[in-house]
Amino acid sequence: MDMTQAILLTIMTAATPLLLAAIGELVVERSGVLNLGVEGMMIMGAVAAFAIAQLTGSAGLGAIGGLVAGALFSLLFGFLTLTLVANQVATGLALTILGLGLSGMIGEAFIGLPGLKLAAIPIPFLSEIPFIGRLLFNQDPIFYTSIIAVIGVNWFLFKSRAGLRLRAIGDSHTSAHALGVKVVRTRYLAVMFGGACTGLAGAHLSIVYTPQWVENMTAGRGWIALALVVFASWRPSRVLAGAYLFGAVSIGQLHAQALGLGIPSQFLSALPYLATIAVLVIISLNRRMTLINTPASLGKSFVPER
Amino acid sequence: MRIELKKRENMSSLFSILSPFIALGLTLVAGIILFLSLGKDPVSALYSFFIEPLTEVWSLHELAIKAAPLILIAVGLSVCYRSNNWNIGAEGQFIIGAMAGSVLPVVFHGWESPLVLPLMLIFAMIGGAAYAAIPAFLKARLNTNEILTSLMLVYVAQLLLDWTVRGPWRNPEGFNFPETRNFADSAVLPRIIETGKTHWGFGFALIAAIVLWFVMRRTLKGFEITVLGQSARAGRFAGFSDKKMVYFAFLLSGALAGLAGISEVSGAIGQLRPVISPGYGFTAIIVAFLGRLNPLGIVAAGLILALTYLGGEAAQISIGITDKVTRLFQGLLLFFVLGCDTLIHYRIRLVFGAAQKGSAA
Repeated sequence: MDMTQAILLTIMTAATPLLLAAIGELVVERSGVLNLGVEGMMIMGAVAAFAIAQLTGSAGLGAIGGLVAGALFSLLFGFLTLTLVANQVATGLALTILGLGLSGMIGEAFIGLPGLKLAAIPIPFLSEIPFIGRLLFNQDPIFYTSIIAVIGVNWFLFKSRAGLRLRAIGDSHTSAHALGVKVVRTRYLAVMFGGACTGLAGAHLSIVYTPQWVENMTAGRGWIALALVVFASWRPSRVLAGAYLFGAVSIGQLHAQALGLGIPSQFLSALPYLATIAVLVIISLNRRMTLINTPASLGKSFVPER
Repeated sequence: MRIELKKRENMSSLFSILSPFIALGLTLVAGIILFLSLGKDPVSALYSFFIEPLTEVWSLHELAIKAAPLILIAVGLSVCYRSNNWNIGAEGQFIIGAMAGSVLPVVFHGWESPLVLPLMLIFAMIGGAAYAAIPAFLKARLNTNEILTSLMLVYVAQLLLDWTVRGPWRNPEGFNFPETRNFADSAVLPRIIETGKTHWGFGFALIAAIVLWFVMRRTLKGFEITVLGQSARAGRFAGFSDKKMVYFAFLLSGALAGLAGISEVSGAIGQLRPVISPGYGFTAIIVAFLGRLNPLGIVAAGLILALTYLGGEAAQISIGITDKVTRLFQGLLLFFVLGCDTLIHYRIRLVFGAAQKGSAA
């Protein structure tokens, strides 16, 4: 494996959790719901995956556990915002605070334990292709899932009838409701899909990227995923591009730290966060594009008329 | 079983008073279940968590010291949230304020004068406000999402503090510990009363709460904040500027967070360290909502949340459970507060059995 290949591989590994969380949140936001609890669901996925992998001895079961934990945790958000019509911004923050606290408690027993790593599954023949075979077809199952999720969500949103209904709800829940579309049910499903993707993203952190449990190990990735959705102006293919761009930034700063360029490490560590702000600024310079693409009902509560 | 909501004709004044108490009650119930599942006696656990810290005079002072930053920050945030400006980066503004206020006692440590302390407070407020001005400018000018920018700046502020304390501001006589030099006596925020540790930060918090309560209740500015928060369009018809309100809310809350930062560093810690806050800026969000965005309610809420910090420490010592329980309680409390607020605007009805025809869920 040469140097370029090694670097590309680390970038892809760093990008996968961002991509999964962002594609999940994209579906949630397309249905008109703003779930700011991504960071909380991700850390719950990370701790659940690590704990289940430890207890069962299977990293695969850990990954599934992370996915389920994310989906269940998102139901809390769904119940508050969809059934009790609580403020979505505040509830999302509550989900993040609760997730960070709860994961810290659950994870206390696992601090310092060596983790299990989810093994790569080479795809026959394709993984033999020179250069790209190693990169694209000799990866862990969560990476494959992330790519399938992008393609699947793109197809679902723009080619399927159910996707059309979901987008209609996101643009005007009142009109969609008048046409007989089940607004609350669809939004529950969207929120749970987002939770499952984000939980799996957290699992990737604790059983693929760095197989160990560290408190607050998501380190703001959930928030970066939220920014990616805005950056991508709610389009799956752009989420893919954005996530790999951010993977490159975070790996780039790690390499710069290792080279010791005389720049304090703290400044380099701040780069992904500053890049997020820069990206948000650049995208908001083009106000028309943002206005056209933002789901019109985003963040607004819906109470069905009876 | 389904839950149906029916909009009330008017806001329920009964539930707007009761809902924070119901939320506290539910949090206690959740606590009992939690302690039982950990195999601890819930009565003694809740006693050491919520009552024990209130039984000694010194720990009442600790309570006031912990409540001071929470109240100061949350009062500012309440203006933001009422005017629909989602500043969630108070933690960063707290840190930058503390750093700006520490320039005099750390860099110019030889200069001792009665002017030092007032200047430190002013520098801290300017620092916090300036840091909050970044997301405000981006929102007012470019419509950039302020939630994400203000939060990202928290991470940047934490890293900046870490670098400063380990690098240029490290105490040259400090045996290489990542700390600045200790503040001179003239740079230490005095105690309110001689006999206890409570410093003037708590006084600032009470003053800020009373002043803002008056502003919100009795002045045109308070009306403007509320109107623009409920409908920016209606506010514009009344001649209010929503752009100016973005700056007003962010600069005010940033300045108060900065004041909280320097009060904590100068009054309680006495030097800058790599970490100066156990998440006050985030806990203050819970304080703001538990206090129903009312400055006087926030004083009570700040004391309650401060109690969870002390209770976590006390419970760790006396019954041996992790102090992570603190953050769990705080998160649960916010959840219950938000859920109970539904009661103010809606009647909640449980419907058993299948849905009737025609009533789409």
